[in-house]
Amino acid sequence: MAVPILKQGAYLIASVQSALTDADLLELRNALVEMVGRYRSRGVIVDVTAMDVMDSFASRTLRDIAHMIRLRGAETVIVGIQPEVAFTMVQLGLTLEGVATALDLEEGLAFLDRGAKKMGRDVGATG
Amino acid sequence: MRWEQRTSAAGADVRHAGERPPLKDETKIAIQGDQDLVAARQKGRALAQQLGFSNSNLTLIATAISELARNILLYAKTGEMTLGVLQDNGREGIVVVARDSGPGISDIPRAMQMGYSTSGSLGLGLPGVKRLMDDFEIVSKVGKGTTVTATKWKR
Repeated sequence: MAVPILKQGAYLIASVQSALTDADLLELRNALVEMVGRYRSRGVIVDVTAMDVMDSFASRTLRDIAHMIRLRGAETVIVGIQPEVAFTMVQLGLTLEGVATALDLEEGLAFLDRGAKKMGRDVGATG
Repeated sequence: MRWEQRTSAAGADVRHAGERPPLKDETKIAIQGDQDLVAARQKGRALAQQLGFSNSNLTLIATAISELARNILLYAKTGEMTLGVLQDNGREGIVVVARDSGPGISDIPRAMQMGYSTSGSLGLGLPGVKRLMDDFEIVSKVGKGTTVTATKWKR
């Protein structure tokens, strides 16, 4: 597995460490969709800080991940899109519409915690 | 059918593909699988970095290379990318040439439309690359193959 996935409380955290091939991205998608069920996770964070290129395939796969995870009953937040990557994505018309994003891991966790609170559950990463 | 489109957003001289002077620091990368795509964009980024492009332009160039290489995989299965440096009246640019002997494109104006795709992808590939780069040229012949040449000039 090219992308390590960490279980942190009720959340799964996938941190992209290096450039990913299309096959790596699909493997990540399949692993997350499966693990959300296995660990009964409430939220998924995909940290893309280390991704230097987000082309149409990567963008579509991240969107698919978020939508599939939602269908499985959990929330996804993409964190760490770098300024120059955001610039290129907008030029390409890749807006990740309907997908939650946050500045970094900390903000991503806060986002998921807020969602958990709204649902009246205390499933925070630390709790 | 032969259809050519040449654009020169930066006001560059429009040249025929055959007249282009040889590229400096030319690298060729065979595109046969998705690992080659990663290699191509990394080589492109390194070359653009040598030329002194800004960080956002490095990402832009690497992304354009990724889209072009993916088009080769999607439509022609295999092909070749050539990366090089072009010098023109004292300015420098990076040139990306994606060449394949695939089915070719029968309707280039349509292929250049945002959101149009015959492969089930997002259809952002070619128009996206055109937007990311300064000069963009596509030559395609049905049954013979497609060559896309895109240049980003350093400012």
